[in-house]
Amino acid sequence: MKLIMSDLRDKDLLLQFTLRLGDDALILGHRLSEWCRNGPFLEEDIALSNIALDYIGRARMHYSYASDLSEGEKSEDDFAFLRECRDYQNFLINELPRGDFAQTMARQLILDVFYTLQLEQMSQSKDATLAAIAGKAIKETKYHLRRSTDWVLRLGDGTEESHNRLQAGFDAIWGYVPEMFEQDEVEEKLVKLGVAVNTKDLKPEWEKQIGAILKEATIDVPQQEWTVRGGRAGFHTEHLGHLLSELQYMQRSYPGLEW
Amino acid sequence: MSTEKLELFEVFIRSKRGLDHRHVGSLHAEDHQQALEYARDCYTRRSEGVSLWVVKSADIVASQEDDAESFYDPMDDKPYRHATYYQLPKEVDNM
Repeated sequence: MKLIMSDLRDKDLLLQFTLRLGDDALILGHRLSEWCRNGPFLEEDIALSNIALDYIGRARMHYSYASDLSEGEKSEDDFAFLRECRDYQNFLINELPRGDFAQTMARQLILDVFYTLQLEQMSQSKDATLAAIAGKAIKETKYHLRRSTDWVLRLGDGTEESHNRLQAGFDAIWGYVPEMFEQDEVEEKLVKLGVAVNTKDLKPEWEKQIGAILKEATIDVPQQEWTVRGGRAGFHTEHLGHLLSELQYMQRSYPGLEW
Repeated sequence: MSTEKLELFEVFIRSKRGLDHRHVGSLHAEDHQQALEYARDCYTRRSEGVSLWVVKSADIVASQEDDAESFYDPMDDKPYRHATYYQLPKEVDNM
């Protein structure tokens, strides 16, 4: 179905959108990988690192498709390692520091519920490659959601400290949620072409599912009065630059390095 | 958090349909549900299995080294309990 993108402009849009999905996955995967050897105990350390690898795999699939779309002008590694901060277009929530374990799980739940809804629809995309990637990713995400739900219930309904930390975790990042349900021109056009998902429509169901889990976890749904947005336009928090300096170090220091 | 407050579980994996579950190791978890998830993450990431069992280590009753004398030694001098003790008639050939 690559060919509904007959005119060049549409193809550029598709490339941009594919990169956004790749960036979402790469940046979150990197954040999760920071738990490797820092996990609360060995089993959880391994479990979180597995999830990080799921996201890195998802990033690779998107970047390799983006490389095809660029007609070989750029490679997978160029997209992952050799772009500037402003070129990344991931959601801001994905780049936030991992915080404590409770905050990591709060973000994970927010995203896992979002991705189960979004990927379900993406797997019906008119772009066959994006649909196939989504079809693969949704299986992983269902498992991620099972884990994050489990942890949110455990921590929320656990000790006073775990409850407070989890509540603080949700409060700290809640203002980054609205961005996930907004769409710019690029995505609106792709929605019309049947390629992208209209995430605005996902919000009621997302709120319903998150609300039910938080209620059971005895966590209050934050009433945030602040919102931060800009990821899709390349405007980032101060955290992304630091993340990239670590992520890109090898390619920047040893250009063309392969392994 | 440390593993001190967690329970120990033994993990069994069935690698293929038709085979038995085999013991592969152990892990720490809060409860059965979590143990099953960690078993998936720690022991099956490279397609090792099609089915998992987890059992609380404390629920396993094991024979003791000291009992070996009364448990196993009596078998040693009773070779007629083994099929190999008996000479097969030629007609049966390889069994």
